[in-house]
Amino acid sequence: MVSELPWDSKTGTLRRDLAEGMMNPACANALEAAFQIKRRYGGDIITITMGPPMAEEVLYEATAMGADRGVLLTDPYMAGGDTFVTSHTLARAIEKECPDFDLVLCGCHTSDSETAQVGPQLAEELDIPGVAYVEQLEINNRTVRMQRLSDNFFETLEMDLPGLVTVTTQANAPRYPSLSVLETAFGKPDISILGAADLGLEPETIGVQGSPTKILDVYSSTAKKKNLIMKGTAKKIVDEVFEKFGDRISGAIKKDLKTHYHEKKP
Amino acid sequence: MNTKKRAIWVFGDYRNYFQNRVTLQLLAKANDLAPKISAEVCAVLFGQGLDQYVAEYIAHGAQKVYVVEHRSLKNYSVEKYAVLLERLANDYQPETILVGATSFGKEFAPRVAKRLGTGLTADCIGLKITEDGLLLQIAPSFGGNLLAEIITPNHRPQMATVRPGTFQEIPHNNELRGEVVRLPIQKDLPEDRVRLIANERQAQRDQRIEDAPVVVCGGRGMGSKKKFKKLFDLADLMGGEVGGTRPVVYAGWLDTDALVGQAGKHIKPKILLSFGISGAIQHTAATTEADFIIAVNKNPNATMMKMADVAVVADASQFCTALIKGLKARIQA
Repeated sequence: MVSELPWDSKTGTLRRDLAEGMMNPACANALEAAFQIKRRYGGDIITITMGPPMAEEVLYEATAMGADRGVLLTDPYMAGGDTFVTSHTLARAIEKECPDFDLVLCGCHTSDSETAQVGPQLAEELDIPGVAYVEQLEINNRTVRMQRLSDNFFETLEMDLPGLVTVTTQANAPRYPSLSVLETAFGKPDISILGAADLGLEPETIGVQGSPTKILDVYSSTAKKKNLIMKGTAKKIVDEVFEKFGDRISGAIKKDLKTHYHEKKP
Repeated sequence: MNTKKRAIWVFGDYRNYFQNRVTLQLLAKANDLAPKISAEVCAVLFGQGLDQYVAEYIAHGAQKVYVVEHRSLKNYSVEKYAVLLERLANDYQPETILVGATSFGKEFAPRVAKRLGTGLTADCIGLKITEDGLLLQIAPSFGGNLLAEIITPNHRPQMATVRPGTFQEIPHNNELRGEVVRLPIQKDLPEDRVRLIANERQAQRDQRIEDAPVVVCGGRGMGSKKKFKKLFDLADLMGGEVGGTRPVVYAGWLDTDALVGQAGKHIKPKILLSFGISGAIQHTAATTEADFIIAVNKNPNATMMKMADVAVVADASQFCTALIKGLKARIQA
């Protein structure tokens, strides 16, 4: 269970290496968008991920589904980074591994921390135009046209390539690799593995050391709840709920409730 | 020694005002924090024709409002606004910048933080001042099951985004006075490399489950499709919405778009009533932002019961009936 994930008190970060290695849902949508673009316009798909060594699995998976190659960024010095250093590290890897890229696709957010910050910060790092939360995109020559719902507005946007797009889980239906395809992929995957030194990154500029934000403490979000247990007949419990929490309920439903309720005598 | 007064800045996100009141909520929180570090509360806003918002922000606690007005800023623009806020922050050196976690804010704030070379904590549910005068940023982590306390010790400004509805706004007060600082638009402000082709305001929708103040969620423990329908009566009575777990959606008791879970809707109601739900992680991860949870289950050891503020050990369907009856009797005509 996720809430039992180990908290590493020494580094002040979650031990993601002990979490299950699976592709982040929104990233599966970004990958699917890449496949659709490749089918219509051609191009090479390079998948990049940063994480513990086992994160290589998602690159196998992507290759099995049709990506041309994968790049794994893994290094103890990269661990525990916030979005500021993560986007920095990813940008340097992109510049080294595929400097002539046309389009960077990212999942709009991860299912674990959901900050949604890496994509926009990566656009800044690469100094390219970027658009987040895209639901539809098409490419005409060197122009990308995108649609999204931003707050209460349907927006149609355009930018010239190279650019960066973060894709929502509404954008498409990701394909899933069959087991046999996966096994084939394990045979001959084109995956490079890079560490901090390969990217010319000093340890103090990346990972937990380089992060502007520091985690002081992590605790279960339910730990501070009182967890009041109520037993008895349904009617008795209902009375107790209103007696103890009538004000709270009244505030939430924006209706006045009788404070002293007595059942009408027949 | 820096003689400039310390400041907490709130980014003025007005595009969906009145519906979205996050800027007012952040002004209230900033007013709560500012005395602890002897700071002033400032709002910063960009656009065209902003007088009504300037007045509104002052009436809600902004002691100073920085305004950049120009026709080229009329439409929200991530890149242009980010450059503007970066430059203003470099000029005035605020201690802290708070941004509402709207779709715009969530794309805009990371870019500002990156340009300023500072940290940013997403979707804070709590903000405090530490003994050292730092901004303590409390944010959900790992699918919402954990809360992290985060600081930005060595970089300024300290930046955080906050979801709408997290804090309470201060009531509108016309007596409040604030200073308005009007700044000219810089001539070298770059054009946004992303071009806005069309921008259509979406028609006002019905209440969405994500925004509902009360959510009534049901699981298989409700017993049958017929009994499950009672949850809709309860939700109607409370001005709320009905959600459910995956098994209930699979069973056809509820539409797919009302699925509350990691792959469905994430909710943050003031009150969540949970009926007959054991609490698989895929479901609970989407409910951790509920302010107050009343769970009903025959099994007192169900995860959902452990997570709840009030755990009612009872048959979900029977208790629902009793609650509807009790509520009808108490609601003042």
